[in-house]
Amino acid sequence: MAASEDSNPSKIRTAFGSVLSFFILILIGVLAFSIRIFSVIKYESVIHEFDPYFNYRVTQFLTKNGIYEFWNWFDDRTWYPLGRVIGGTVYPGLTLTAGSLWWLLNSINIPLSVETVCVFTAPIFSANAAWATYLLTKEVKGTGAGLTAAALLAMVPSYISRSVAGSYDNEAVAIFALIFTFYLYIKTLNTGSLFYAALNAIAYFYMVCSWGGYTFIINLIPMHVLLCIVTGRYSSRLYIAYAPLVVFGTLLAALVPVVGFNAVMTSEHFASFLVFIIIHVVALVYYIKGILSPNMFKVAVTFVVSVGLVVCCAVVAVLIALVASSPTKGWSGRSLSLLDPVLSQLSDIILLESFDRTYASKYIPIIASVSEHQPPTWPSYFMDINVLAFLVPAGIIACFLPLSDASSFVVLYIVTSVYFSGVMVRLMLVLAPAACILSGIALSEAFDVFTRSIKFQLPGFSEKFQIDAGDTTTSSSVVTQNDAAKTEKNEETLKERPSRKNRKKEKEHLEKTSVKSQIQKQLLVLPLEASVVAIFLLVLLGAFYVVHCVWAAAEAYSAPSIVLTSHSHDGLHVFDDFREAYAWLRHNTEVDDKVASWWDYGYQTTAMANRTVIVDNNTWNNTHIATVGTAMSSPEKAAWEIFNSLDVKYVLVVFGGLVGYPSDDINKFLWMVRIGGGVFPHIREPDYLYRIDSQATPTMLNCLMYKLSYFRFVETDGKGFDRVRRTEIGKKHFKLTHFEECVHYSPLDGSDIQTKTSKEQGPGKNKEIKIESKLHNQLKKKWKKKEESLAMKGNISS
Amino acid sequence: MARSATKDAQDLFHSLRSAYAATPTNLKIIDLYVIFAVLTAIMQVVYMAIVGSFPFNSFLSGVLSCVGTAVLAVCLRIQVNKENKEFKGTYHQNGLLLILFSAIWCSIW
Repeated sequence: MAASEDSNPSKIRTAFGSVLSFFILILIGVLAFSIRIFSVIKYESVIHEFDPYFNYRVTQFLTKNGIYEFWNWFDDRTWYPLGRVIGGTVYPGLTLTAGSLWWLLNSINIPLSVETVCVFTAPIFSANAAWATYLLTKEVKGTGAGLTAAALLAMVPSYISRSVAGSYDNEAVAIFALIFTFYLYIKTLNTGSLFYAALNAIAYFYMVCSWGGYTFIINLIPMHVLLCIVTGRYSSRLYIAYAPLVVFGTLLAALVPVVGFNAVMTSEHFASFLVFIIIHVVALVYYIKGILSPNMFKVAVTFVVSVGLVVCCAVVAVLIALVASSPTKGWSGRSLSLLDPVLSQLSDIILLESFDRTYASKYIPIIASVSEHQPPTWPSYFMDINVLAFLVPAGIIACFLPLSDASSFVVLYIVTSVYFSGVMVRLMLVLAPAACILSGIALSEAFDVFTRSIKFQLPGFSEKFQIDAGDTTTSSSVVTQNDAAKTEKNEETLKERPSRKNRKKEKEHLEKTSVKSQIQKQLLVLPLEASVVAIFLLVLLGAFYVVHCVWAAAEAYSAPSIVLTSHSHDGLHVFDDFREAYAWLRHNTEVDDKVASWWDYGYQTTAMANRTVIVDNNTWNNTHIATVGTAMSSPEKAAWEIFNSLDVKYVLVVFGGLVGYPSDDINKFLWMVRIGGGVFPHIREPDYLYRIDSQATPTMLNCLMYKLSYFRFVETDGKGFDRVRRTEIGKKHFKLTHFEECVHYSPLDGSDIQTKTSKEQGPGKNKEIKIESKLHNQLKKKWKKKEESLAMKGNISS
Repeated sequence: MARSATKDAQDLFHSLRSAYAATPTNLKIIDLYVIFAVLTAIMQVVYMAIVGSFPFNSFLSGVLSCVGTAVLAVCLRIQVNKENKEFKGTYHQNGLLLILFSAIWCSIW
């Protein structure tokens, strides 16, 4: 038959298409994985930064002791003397994922170490995230857009920055969970299948396990449901997509110990419950509308509205009273700081001021002090999402032609994530998948238009066109589905009237519509030359994007901050000070010794040096951190008393003034004073002024941080010139009365760098460990011989 | 004015009743199940209001599982309803399986 003969080439074409897209997806996965292993190639397979060390330590514990011990683990090596309940305060998704991956590999006799599994978890899951983006965009716009979006996500620098090999942090797994949950939601919305609804709830559970950002999902989806209801797109599929998710999602979220009862009690979840009630009301209204006649329905509406208004007012009054009675009105600190810009922007006329006066910076300095919580600058948008920044608006327009439930969801997603990324740099990560999806849609649509223009204007096409239009009815039905033209609808209504008439006549109608639509499409084509040039330019755009992404991955985001490098005329210097200092601690102190430092180094100290710390990066106890901050800002005697009360034996200070390392403790001193002053009012900011030169205040010159950082600093170059602050220091010659310098670390690297170890033991005195990097300097040559002999005697173990 | 209002209310009530009586039996059974589940949930809330919310997790699991089975039953009803054009009735078996699964799953909590 004619139909089967002609369906064969189209069948082969679709088969070829699916095989091709399968291979493309595999390549995208390989791309996503390999672009993230620059850090392993350039440095080594090591865990980066601070937070990943904690996750690594937790994973070690999990693999050694099993899951029941993990749930009940109380850690006494941090936050001395308070300890920390790890089982109840950590998001277990990442560690459980890596732990099960390790267990699986070991059970099939691939003996990878825990560290290797941890380092490579992020690239593996970014490949998964790229595939999830393909699935999501395919639901919104089709396969072509899906593949483009997946390719874009595999490389987008914002996502790379948090998921390089070695960045073993929650976001590595959480972004995959986020995209996958959204995909299942859209799939349920499109198909109305309860199977996908169940999968959606399970994927949401995985997301809750992985990251605190799950509140974004549980607020975005209700917002979208509300949007659909308000724009008249309510359907039973919406109910099936949303209602089971809320109930089972909340149930499962309450299972995770970190969330617990917060799943029903904090305001972050109230939106989902409110929309749950609203969707039931709407469903009931539609149901009643369906079974009543229009007159009776009007009566019902007036009746219900009058009764309902009275009840509503009463309920709202009660709710306001309840919420206003709680101090923070039910919101957690971070959510408040996110939303406060909205509130203050509504009240302030000048946009810029609102970022200064957010709730967090006034009352909770810790949240404001984390650099990731600052608002981003404009260049960081172009750094992080590059070309996508101006493809996104095109994608938004493409989503409106035609507007479906899925495309309205994607538009809502991008709008909300753009807002949140504007508040906090860290949330650029949530913007990245949305930007990739919309840019994929835009690029795919653009390619569609241009290639179709070229195809319609190719010389051999017009004859083929006549044969194709006449024979196949299947392709015409596809064409009629795709076209949104109004004339189309008129033809269809004409078809419905002679419903029981000749099938042949209907076929002719269909063919006529297909020819008409094809002609309409042909009229929409662009000139051939313009299309060719446009395609070439789009490919060039993609090339620029790829070049930028690879550069960003290789140069900007691959540095493990545990190892520092610097380029000078002598070549590349590698500073491994951190690890050497932690190794010194590990080998030269007692197991039960307590180490005090600023909270940045807490996780690394417990993981690498295996010593108990006072405060660490979890920052859950503001008063404890303020105690350490106060100690750092007080004069020696007061500081010694504070540290003595905490049983501290060693104090760790990072100083970068000699080599120009800007992230040292003197630059963080501002926050030590602010946080300390927030709890202990005798620490006042105006007393310090944060100057270390001759204009510095006496409080500043006498405080512990100044003394520990600049002790014997003047001996390095004779003048005490601080390269980070670019001044000479104020007080140059002083002695430490209550502290003793214990180890003073510099890297040993050939003949260029010197190692200086001076070890003094004394009972009843605290010891100080200073990490310092030194570059080779002409003046220091005379020290070299003395140092070398000391180095032979001393303990240099790393 | 009031008379016409009450007459309207009575007419409304009658038309609602007659329209509902016209629904097929299997849908009515599902509706009954939904009402039963919601009543159980409400009973648990009343119990908590009387006795206190300790232990909170059992209260939460009880209420949410009842609401969950109610929601799943409503979804089943949506899919089984012949008047619903979006679902072609092929979900009959799926629906039955699902209601069984939801009954077991929700009673585990």
